[in-house]
Parts: sequence; C-alpha cells; structure tokens
Amino acid sequence: MTYLEAIADALRLEMRRDPTVFQIGEDIGTYGGAFKLTKGMIDEFGPTRIIDAPISEAAIIGSAIGAALNGMRPVAEMQFMDFVTNGFNQLVTVAGTTAYRWSMPVPIVVRGPSGGGVGANPFHSRNSEAWFAHATGLKVVCPAFPADAKGLMTASIRDNNPVVFFEHKGLYRKIKEDVPEGEYVVPLGVARVVRPGTSVSVIAYGSAVHMALEASEALLREGIDVEVVDIRTLVPFDEETVLESVRRTHRVVVAHEAVLTAGFGGEIAARIADKAFRWLDAPVRRVAAFDAPTPFAPTLEKAVLPNAETIVSAVRDVMAF
Amino acid sequence: MPPSTDRSWYMPKKSTSTRASAPKNAELARQMLTYMIMAREFDAAMLRLYRQGKAFGGVYSQLGNEAVSVGSAMALDNKIDVLFPMHRNIGGHFVFGQDIDQLMVNHLAREGSQMRGTDGTGHYADPQRRIYGNVSHLGAMIPVAAGFVMAGLMRGEKTVAMTYIGDGGAQVGEVHEALNFAAVRKLPLIVIIENNQYAYSTPNHLEFACERLSDRAQGYGMFGTTIDGTDVELVYQTCREAVQRARNGEGPSLIETVTMRMRGHAEHDDFAYVPKDILERWSTKDPVETYISRVIQQGIMTESEVTSLRESTLSTMIAAIDRALERPWPAAEEGFRNVFIES
Repeated sequence: MTYLEAIADALRLEMRRDPTVFQIGEDIGTYGGAFKLTKGMIDEFGPTRIIDAPISEAAIIGSAIGAALNGMRPVAEMQFMDFVTNGFNQLVTVAGTTAYRWSMPVPIVVRGPSGGGVGANPFHSRNSEAWFAHATGLKVVCPAFPADAKGLMTASIRDNNPVVFFEHKGLYRKIKEDVPEGEYVVPLGVARVVRPGTSVSVIAYGSAVHMALEASEALLREGIDVEVVDIRTLVPFDEETVLESVRRTHRVVVAHEAVLTAGFGGEIAARIADKAFRWLDAPVRRVAAFDAPTPFAPTLEKAVLPNAETIVSAVRDVMAF
Repeated sequence: MPPSTDRSWYMPKKSTSTRASAPKNAELARQMLTYMIMAREFDAAMLRLYRQGKAFGGVYSQLGNEAVSVGSAMALDNKIDVLFPMHRNIGGHFVFGQDIDQLMVNHLAREGSQMRGTDGTGHYADPQRRIYGNVSHLGAMIPVAAGFVMAGLMRGEKTVAMTYIGDGGAQVGEVHEALNFAAVRKLPLIVIIENNQYAYSTPNHLEFACERLSDRAQGYGMFGTTIDGTDVELVYQTCREAVQRARNGEGPSLIETVTMRMRGHAEHDDFAYVPKDILERWSTKDPVETYISRVIQQGIMTESEVTSLRESTLSTMIAAIDRALERPWPAAEEGFRNVFIES
C-alpha cells in the first residue's frame, strides 16, 4: 500500500467506525482531492460527511473547531499544507488554547500535503511543522512510512486534542510497504528506531528519514553503522527514545527537510545537549534546508534542500571529530 | 446635517422588520428590562471596582449596548440554541442564566473560575448554559459558531447560534469567510454587527466605505438589515424573525444594530477622540433609560418598582464582587495543567 493509500484507508475506516468523523476541504468530494486522496469517499459517505468547502481555510478550520465543540471529530484537509497560513489564527489562537482555557476537547485533525522536492514552487512546498510545535496546545505529526501514516492518522482522529498532520507529498506514491489491514493505531509520542546502528544516531522525521536511510547504506560501505531514529511526532516528543539512542552511539546528526533556523532540529539538539551532554563524543550537527523559500527551478531546489549526500557529509564530520 | 464622514447618527432608512408595538406579554417586557438593568448595574459595579483600583485586567463597558445583548439573546431558545457573545454582551449571559458569582470570579480570575485563572473577562465557555465565549481576536469565533451549528444540522438538530462582531471587527477577513460559508451551507447562524461607531479610537468612515454594514448581506446571499440598536423590542423582534428563518432552514442573517459606545474602548481610555456633542445626542437614546420610561408609561412597572430593582441589582452585583475578591488567586500549579486534554 502506498503512503497516500494508507492515509485514505485510515480515514475511511474511522469514518465507518465513528459517525461523528467527517471531512471538510477544498475539492475533496466529487473531484476526490487534488492528490485523489479522498477519491470515492463522497460515494460512500455522501456530501454531508465529505464536505466541499469554499476556498476559505479559516472557515474550514474554524468550522471544524465549532463542530468539534459540538460533539464531532472533523478532519480538515488543506489542499496544500502551505495554505494553512490562511487558517493559522484558527489553529493557533482558537484550537490550541481551548483545552487550557475551557477544559474542553477540540478533537480536530488538520491534514494535508507538505514538503518539497517535487518542483512545486515556494507556495506548494513548505515544511511548516515547527510553527505549530511552537504554538502550544497543538499536536504535530509527521509520518515517514505508509503503516505509520495509517496508524498515526487513526490515533490523531481519536485524540481529543487538535492535531496538525503533515503528509509529505513526495512520499505519497513513492513509498510502498505492507500496511496492517483493518484497525491499526500507532500512538502519538512514540519514536521508532527505523534502523539500529552503533556508530552514530541520525534523528529525523518525514522525508528526512528516507534520506537518512539512503545515507546509512552509503556510510555502511565506509564502516559507519548509522542508527536512524524516526521521531514520528514532534508534539508530543519522545525524548527518551532519542536520548537512549544517543547514549548508545555518542554521536548525533539531526535532520529535517524544513529550513534550519528555529527548526525543530534545534529543539532536538538542545534537549540532547541538556540531558545527554556527558555521553556525547562530538557536537550535535544539524542537516536542514537553506533558510530560504523553496525555489522552483530543479537546480535551485536540489541545491537548497537537504538530501542523502548532505547527511552523509554531516555524519562523516561528527565521526571525524 | 452632519458632515459626510460623520456616521455617528446614521439610522436605517427602512427596516424590513415590523416595529414592535407594546409587547403583548408584559412579562417579556419585565424580563427584558430586568436583564438590561442587570447588564447596566454589572457595569456600574465593575466601574466602581476599577475606580477603587481593584479590577484586574481591562474593564470593557457595555454602556449603550444593553438592548442589543438582551434583545438578541431573548430571541433564542436557551434550551436548544447557543450564544457566542463578545466582551460587551454581558446582558446575554444573564439571559442564558449565567450565575453572577461565576461571572465575577471569571472576570476577576479568582479560584473557582471556570477558566482556572488561565483567562478572564467574557472569554469563558459554559457549555451547560450553552454559552461559548470569544477570544481577543474578534471575528475568530464566527467560523467556530458556524461550525457548531453545522454539526447540529448534520445530526438533524435545529440549534441556532447567535454571535456578535463590532464595526471594527467586521473588517476582519475571518468574518467574511464565515459569512460566505454560512450562506453557502444555509447555516442557522445569526451574526449581529454591533455598530457602536468607534473601533477603539477609529471611527466608522476609516473602517468601511459601504453605506450600511448590512449591505454586505446581499453580497453573501443572505438576509440583512440595519436597525436601531437602542430599542430592545425592535432588536428582539428582528432577531425573532431571524431565528424563525434559521429554524426553518432559510439560512443565516446579518443584522447591524446601530448604537453608541458611551465609554472608552476600556476604562483606561478617556475617549477624548469622541466629539462631546455626539455623546450628548446619543445620551437621549440611552437604551436602558428609554425602555424604563416605556415600561412605566405602559403601566408594566411603576417608577418605584424600577428604582428598587436597580438598587437591589446593584447591591447584588457588588456583593458578588466582594465574594469574588475574598477568594484567593488560583493555585500557581493551574498554570501547568490542561494544555492538552489528557484522556
């Protein structure tokens, strides 16, 4: 099953299981979504539960919040995650503060395709997960594999808090694996060691996990045995699995596709420095995109985004320290 | 004639609502007056507290807005409908049965407040009483109110939501999105634009260029009207009709109520930017005083009944403030709880 099919599978199963789950977004009904992720769902669930909304991200997220306050579990699609900026206030100001202020659950999922590497220009390529990790009151999920995407989506829909679910559009049809059939839940806040290793830990999420896996194959030929940890969710953050890996390998590279400055990698590096400093044999290195909008031309885009080679080079640096 | 930029005395040319005559139900008039007096005396008590230097946070007077809050909330059925009030809609809280002590404890952020001290003023939600508060980003709760009633429709319920925005807040983009969304989906949502002439210090002519804010309703494909917001019976009647339309599946309404904010944005603001003659003109249309006269004139209540009602209401408010002030501040640990719902 592809990454995209796995997410669709989770949505479909949860909608069958729970009548309070519905979806709202742009072109998700008859058209089946810009990436065809919701294809056919309107036939099964009808236009009351697969709602084609006007181009109004604030109204889409805001109405999802209102419906959640009135007993529903809405899933709102951003056609591209970049457009979440138009609904930012609803997520950050309203959804993220409601539990704290009112002690009331806001069980919404805001999901959509993020990420670059597909020649989609600055406005269809952004990785904005760190904004929401910084916002307070929002859970932030960034799956890298189809099975995780399914299990984390199921957990996100069932969670009583607002969840921002970042799908990577470059992984939608590129990554295939066996996905458990039927109900499958991956709890939020549990990292996974994707590739055990002994020489160095690469802590990553989303597309960077695949870059790290590719890098680890190249590095193995040099005798460097890389451990790849996929944190899977930024909020809640599974600090212990990360620290445990660091205590084993003593060297760390943190990698994400989002831009470097104030990225979530800085948070991971700081936690490691705070809590595992005496296990470190080298400074923590970060691999991330150059601090710029994601450019359009393939030459530029390839140059600013991280890839397996930039991870290889960072790993060599920390090994040589 | 006022200069063309002065909209401070603009009133509807015509109203599609029939002007209410004396309420056939004297009890309704008595209730509306009682709630308006509660709103007025709540303000008086809060102002007193502010002048004593004991108020915590901003004190946002609703002086001049009582008829809108009370008339609109009275038009709802508080067993099935929901109120999404703004900070100057305390009257609506009373109509929906809010407990004065809880209101004061929330305003003053003391232990026992529904919001645990995390927030104050009119921001709290009380789902048992079907009240959902606002946030300081005015306009942000209108899409939320739309979604609330959309969920009701999905389950075949007939819940109507009443929500409010100001002449300034109406310029926020989310308001446009919510109104369009509500019209497209024919949601049972009533949005009242409380045009009280000033958005903080900014007058109407620097906020919008349309003749009436309700003109926008036509652009959204919904019912719209502009009415005198100082006349509680007119507000009630207009909102009753809007509730009826919403209940019948005829979709949302946009009602502009024209009033005057008779105090500053909050009490720290001396509102020197408001010409004194404008305030003088509007003081002749004080919604509480004019309704008191009408109720007395119609023999529904006597002058002394009204006087004693005002006095007893004010002392009730002051007593509630005193009880709230006797409470301790919330425990500091509350600051670390409930960022997420744990279950």
